[in-house]
Amino acid sequence: MDLLDPRVVHKEHTHPTAGLYLRIAVVLFILTALEVAAYEVARREGMGPLGEAVGRLLVPILVLLSAAKFALVAMFYMHLKQDAKIFSGLFVFPLLIAVVLVVALIALFSVVHLVP
Amino acid sequence: MTAGTLDHAPAHPGPATGIWSWMTTVDHKRIGVLYGATAFFFFMLGGFEALLMRWQLGAPERSFLSPELYNQLFTMHGTTMIFLGVMPLSAMFFNYMIPLQIGARDVAFPRLNAFSYWVFLLGGLFMNFSFVLNAAPNAGWFGYANLTSKQFSPGLNVDFWVIGLQILGVASLAAAVNFFVTIINLRAQGMRLMRMPMFCWMSLITQMLLLLAFPVITVALVFLMADRAFGTSFYSPGGGGDPILWQHLFWIFGHPEVYILILPAFGIVSEILPVFSRKPLFGYAAMVFSGAFIAFLGFGVWSHHMFSTGMGPIADSVFSLTTMLIAVPTGVKIFNWLGTVWGGSIRSTTAMHFALGFVAMFVIGGLSGVMHSSPPADLQQTDTYFVVAHFHYVLFGGAILALLGGAYYWFPKMFGYLLDERIGKWHFWLTMLGMNLTFFPMHFLGLVGMPRRVYTYPAGLGFEAMNLVQTLGSFLLGSAFLVFIANIWKSWRERERRKAPADPWDGATLEWSIPSPPQEFNFPELPTVEHRDELWHRKRALGGPLPEPARVSGAGIHMPNPSYWPLVTALGAMVTLIGFMAGGVAVNLTGAAILFFGAFRWAFEPAG
Amino acid sequence: MSAADAHAETIYHDELPSAYTGLDTRKLAIWTFIGSECLFFASLISTYLVYKGKSLVGPLPHQESQCMLHGQLQQCGAIFEIPLVTFGTAVLLFSSFFVVLALNGAQTGNRKRLIGWLGATVLAGLFFIGMQVYEFYHFYHKGLGYTTNLFGSTFYTLTGFHGSHVTLGVIWLATVLVLAIRGKLPPRKAVNLELAALYWHFVDVVWIVIFPTVYLMR
Repeated sequence: MDLLDPRVVHKEHTHPTAGLYLRIAVVLFILTALEVAAYEVARREGMGPLGEAVGRLLVPILVLLSAAKFALVAMFYMHLKQDAKIFSGLFVFPLLIAVVLVVALIALFSVVHLVP
Repeated sequence: MTAGTLDHAPAHPGPATGIWSWMTTVDHKRIGVLYGATAFFFFMLGGFEALLMRWQLGAPERSFLSPELYNQLFTMHGTTMIFLGVMPLSAMFFNYMIPLQIGARDVAFPRLNAFSYWVFLLGGLFMNFSFVLNAAPNAGWFGYANLTSKQFSPGLNVDFWVIGLQILGVASLAAAVNFFVTIINLRAQGMRLMRMPMFCWMSLITQMLLLLAFPVITVALVFLMADRAFGTSFYSPGGGGDPILWQHLFWIFGHPEVYILILPAFGIVSEILPVFSRKPLFGYAAMVFSGAFIAFLGFGVWSHHMFSTGMGPIADSVFSLTTMLIAVPTGVKIFNWLGTVWGGSIRSTTAMHFALGFVAMFVIGGLSGVMHSSPPADLQQTDTYFVVAHFHYVLFGGAILALLGGAYYWFPKMFGYLLDERIGKWHFWLTMLGMNLTFFPMHFLGLVGMPRRVYTYPAGLGFEAMNLVQTLGSFLLGSAFLVFIANIWKSWRERERRKAPADPWDGATLEWSIPSPPQEFNFPELPTVEHRDELWHRKRALGGPLPEPARVSGAGIHMPNPSYWPLVTALGAMVTLIGFMAGGVAVNLTGAAILFFGAFRWAFEPAG
Repeated sequence: MSAADAHAETIYHDELPSAYTGLDTRKLAIWTFIGSECLFFASLISTYLVYKGKSLVGPLPHQESQCMLHGQLQQCGAIFEIPLVTFGTAVLLFSSFFVVLALNGAQTGNRKRLIGWLGATVLAGLFFIGMQVYEFYHFYHKGLGYTTNLFGSTFYTLTGFHGSHVTLGVIWLATVLVLAIRGKLPPRKAVNLELAALYWHFVDVVWIVIFPTVYLMR
């Protein structure tokens, strides 16, 4: 189906309520708290095996948590979930290129060479 | 109703003539002409810079140009041709033709359109002003770090380059948003994307490239400016920085940039070949997808400009593969162009000559390009004249030939009279001869070992004969442009008897359905489209040519008001950026004040 | 915003060009711009990550080091103060919530809701800027200048550009707030707030990436 075909009538979904927005705000707050908690657990002395595990997994944990926050704001606050798909396309496509850019540059500058 | 945006116009139209009407215009056609005239001027300037260099290199050990001046010339030649020549020449056609081809009255944001032009003009003037101070940019159009550091380039030259490019970047980004949204949202009823003229498709993809690539060079330039103005070490090894970061960031922009330069040319050729073969474009869908694929993949090849920087075998291999891969969709296009012409009923107009010349010359450029894709081979070729040959074949033999073809093709629509075809053929053949004499020997010269960016060379290395031929060729090429100017002049003098009808070429696309030149509102009635190559279908249905469209009053059509706020805002933007190289915070703040003032007045201009 | 509005049927007297997609042209433009800005911030973030851990001298983000303070080489503490920036992060997150409520107020013609929550958004934005200014000032006095080391250069450039985007967002929102107070933001013009809100959310979303990347990754 042509995304831009004007013959497709855009259905207005039932609008999210203020209550939903508030719940999302609370979730965002909690996710942020979890990020900071992970950081603290990884950082402090005497956190035992949990501390070590979180320390090793800190980057993936933070990536996942922040990605969740990103998605919540984009889909609900920025209304992408309800809006025409082209808006999502306009955001997601550059975002993918941006992610590839970050990964590529990190790889190109990484000190560890994979082949001697 | 918020379905679309045009700046609303109250009852009175602005003055149609005079300098003030040009300075406040928001009409895409006028802005297109402004882009074209300005770009052509800068193109001539860049050509003059080339001729000076060719004179210097015509014989060994010449002292016509000092090394310092030579460095300024090759830097400005490249920077000018790319940013002040080819890109704005393409912008001329984006501006003039896109609204006409999609059946719209103007672009989505007419004042933003004017803003882009003024910023471009100011940026170009600013950068060339550096010549007056004998401080023209001199570190190459690619500005490699850390030659560009304050330590190794203490003068204002590199600052002019950095600030000039930042100013030009603003123009390009604003225009990219504008044209992208225009093509998406202002198409006429029935013009689905897959019915759009190929020039519009290639332009759409080009805008996407601009949007994604320019931010990267903006950041790269910010870091360079910080290094120079504030003493950071983004690119300075002494402070822990890595000059290679510049190369990565620059080429992440720089490679998509070359596709920005060539995709509009691809689009133009895809317009010209079908019309003068009297045959639809072969493989329309393949042309769309190959264009998109080239653009997308163009983000994955940048380090093929860095094969000699020691990135390691994995990086070298990855970029080598992606570079080879990008030859495939390009090849698809070449074959589709050939397929368009094959079996067609050829009309040998000047435009057709240039379009066919493009195909041939671009293939040569592409062949040397794919030779570069092998890192071991490239280690010999890089930084030699072999590379200079490659990119001049794709940029001159490619982009410029296509733009010239577009000029001959669309000139009657834009100005209402036809260019002389006989002189046009002379123009074409002189161009082809001059071009090949200038750039073909460079392949051999490079492989024999002459490096790039050298202001002279010693006798006895076998460089003399080829350099002499190249110099002669370049002056022949220059004379070809004089023939072009003579053609425009002569045709203008004879414009009454060379009047162009709406559809002089039996075209397929909507721009040929309105008078030449179009009226301010373009279409008296916004068209409805039912086919690709809509006009051919209408003519076939009618059984003959369409009647000549009448010029109508257009009294009830609201067009955007002229405005001077784009110009004011553009000035503000330029002054703000200049503060980073001269005058400090006071200049930044003054510029910002003008910028904000202009922007606020723009935003709240009476809409009517 | 229904598709029925999309095509202006009259021809000679059309005020606005028919929007092919039925979508607001300005909204398309702001999303297009936002897409472009993703690459801008990606380049800044990439550079921060590439140069992470490569500073030749202190101060450093998460650990003690030797650095120059008041002209003398001294032992310097870790630069970041997580509680402050976490609080600022929370404020920015909530400001996105506030502006959504304000937009709802605009769309439903609820003037009180619009002005109240939009005012709250502006205040939250100002608070965030204030926190950043305070943070920069504090870091500077702890020995982290713009040119001190790669950490300083990349940190201040990345967060400085984010902060300038926040500032522009605050100015934009404040302008819309003034319009709202003057009664010039009826429901049919609510899209004017929507555009500013989208930009504001984007600025928040960039911070969602910057906060863990810069402050929480050791």
